[in-house]
Amino acid sequence: MISEGENIKVSVRNLSMIFGDRPREALRHLEEGLTKDEIFEGTGQIVGVYNASFDVAEGEIFVLMGLSGSGKSTLLRCINRLFEPSAGEVAIDGENVLEMTPQRLREVRRTKLGMVFQNFALLPHRTIIENVAYGLEVRGVPKGERLAKAAEVLRLVGLEGHEESFPPQLSGGMQQRVGLARGLASDPDILLMDEAFSALDPLIRREMQDELLDLQDKVNKTIIFVSHDLDEALHIGDRIALMKDGAIIQIGTGEEILTSPADEYVAKFVAGVNMAKVLTAEGVMKRADPVIFADSTPEAALKRMRKRKKSFAFVTSRKEEFLGIIREEEARGAAEIGERIEDVLVLDAPAVSPETPVTELISLVAGSPHPLPVVNDHKILVGMINHVALLDALTPGVAENGVA
Amino acid sequence: MALPRIPLGDGVEIAVDWVESHFGGLLDLLSSVLGALVGGLKDLLLFLPPLAMALVIALFVWKVSRRKLKLAAGTLISLLLIESMQLWSLSMETLALVISSTLVALVIGIPVGILCSRSDGANSMITPILDLMQTMPSFVYLIPAVIFFGLGNVPGIIATVVFAMPPTIRLTNLGIRQVPRDLVEVAEAFGSTPRQKLLKVQLPLAMPTIMAGVNQCIMLSLSMVVIAAMIGARGLGYQVLVGIQRVDIGTGFEAGLAIVIIAMVLDRITRSLTRG
Repeated sequence: MISEGENIKVSVRNLSMIFGDRPREALRHLEEGLTKDEIFEGTGQIVGVYNASFDVAEGEIFVLMGLSGSGKSTLLRCINRLFEPSAGEVAIDGENVLEMTPQRLREVRRTKLGMVFQNFALLPHRTIIENVAYGLEVRGVPKGERLAKAAEVLRLVGLEGHEESFPPQLSGGMQQRVGLARGLASDPDILLMDEAFSALDPLIRREMQDELLDLQDKVNKTIIFVSHDLDEALHIGDRIALMKDGAIIQIGTGEEILTSPADEYVAKFVAGVNMAKVLTAEGVMKRADPVIFADSTPEAALKRMRKRKKSFAFVTSRKEEFLGIIREEEARGAAEIGERIEDVLVLDAPAVSPETPVTELISLVAGSPHPLPVVNDHKILVGMINHVALLDALTPGVAENGVA
Repeated sequence: MALPRIPLGDGVEIAVDWVESHFGGLLDLLSSVLGALVGGLKDLLLFLPPLAMALVIALFVWKVSRRKLKLAAGTLISLLLIESMQLWSLSMETLALVISSTLVALVIGIPVGILCSRSDGANSMITPILDLMQTMPSFVYLIPAVIFFGLGNVPGIIATVVFAMPPTIRLTNLGIRQVPRDLVEVAEAFGSTPRQKLLKVQLPLAMPTIMAGVNQCIMLSLSMVVIAAMIGARGLGYQVLVGIQRVDIGTGFEAGLAIVIIAMVLDRITRSLTRG
């Protein structure tokens, strides 16, 4: 699975996790070949994970993927023993986690394992910086030192200035950055991420995925990432383990899973997600930028364009309704003779709906001097399509056809 | 056919006798500690003249309620009404009894509630005891309280603690169990010790529920210290008892009104603290 010479950070062997009071009985039935449902009906025991094995190399992003109930979050929680596995082995740096004393386990959790949760799980009674410093606090790091470290990590995730806010004051995306910062604050080797971006809006989710990849270049952690979203898995994962009913059915790179699915289930999984989600404007669009309000001045528009190094800007009403596009030359002219933005707006700029297929977008983007605005049924500007967005979208498509 | 009579009542009597003969010294110690607590609190509350004390309490309400002027003014007027009914001293004694009982109930109840939240075994053992404590007619506690501690304020406090403690235990237990699972996982995943998990995550998040339990505890204490007048507890309850014995509606009503005023003031204070 892993090429020679790579350092194996996390190793999981024949791991099973049964919820219930008679795990041995359930395991015996599993070996006899009974299914998860049959075991639940017969004994009331719930099979969380069955016989999972994989290795994760240092610096790798390994994605556990599957539908809800497939056991991926349970498997993740067995790695840091939030759940006690019923059978099997978990080793971190060659040390068996399941045989650790409570003291040693705490030590490993404090120093080697960070965790990021699906619904952010920020402590509501603590400020942002106190949340980030939590891991250092329980480790006994002096206050000044831990707050300095927390402030540094907050800068890393782009949240300086929010140190003293409380969690509910931040947007979902910002809260999850705090969650990520908390996971990174004690500088662990391994980051466990449980559906970390699933609770976010699609656009923010893509942004966070890109940021995670940028961040990974800087910090180079070993990341085990749980996701139910194939696009996400393909986008961020070096390798993906696909799970069904508690068992891993295929492990491989995104390309391997797309081009040679292990069985019919994987093939269906892969086909369905790609067609429905990736290949529409909504699936590939980027955040519209720069955007200015129609009632601001041409000078402000120019300033914004210069700052973003762009020669155009999208113009919306205060309610984010798309009105048109303003170009740099016109804005400069308007500024000189004192006209308003509305006077020089390009009103007939082509816009596309979120459902437009990518195939149609290609020619439109090619023939347009600026990115295409994506506008929904309520005339709200929800994103934009540029060359980069299209190329990103086409990469997994190419892989699927086996060309890459 | 008559079932044989099981002498449960006799058994209880034997148990009470046994406790008294073997733990007499301990009971005396408990009695003098509680007596000193009530006496000290009462002296403290009566240290200032009534008008000054009423003002101090009103100011305190104003502060904890985040400067609600109407609430503070209402408190002041109600307290002045007590003084004008010439019930100030008795009211402060009742207040001292309520505060003492509540303190004892919290000191025992909160740790027991924490224990219940951490162990299902302890919880299933303690829950029926709480049911018993809450549903047994409150007069029944008065009997052993008198046997162990004689007549006066101390047995009144003991009976009151027994009656008022269950909501503290239940709501502490509930508050901790209701802490969202992922927040408990955060505490564990980042390597907290059980004590750190309790102090840094579970108790702070359970605090609003625990404070609701404290509020309940105070209200129940207040209702019980009145009944405890039957075994010699002093204060407004005694005045109510006098009203009943003499069929004097005026005396009974005035004392009852003073109790209502104290209840409302205490309720507003604890509610304000809960929101804080």
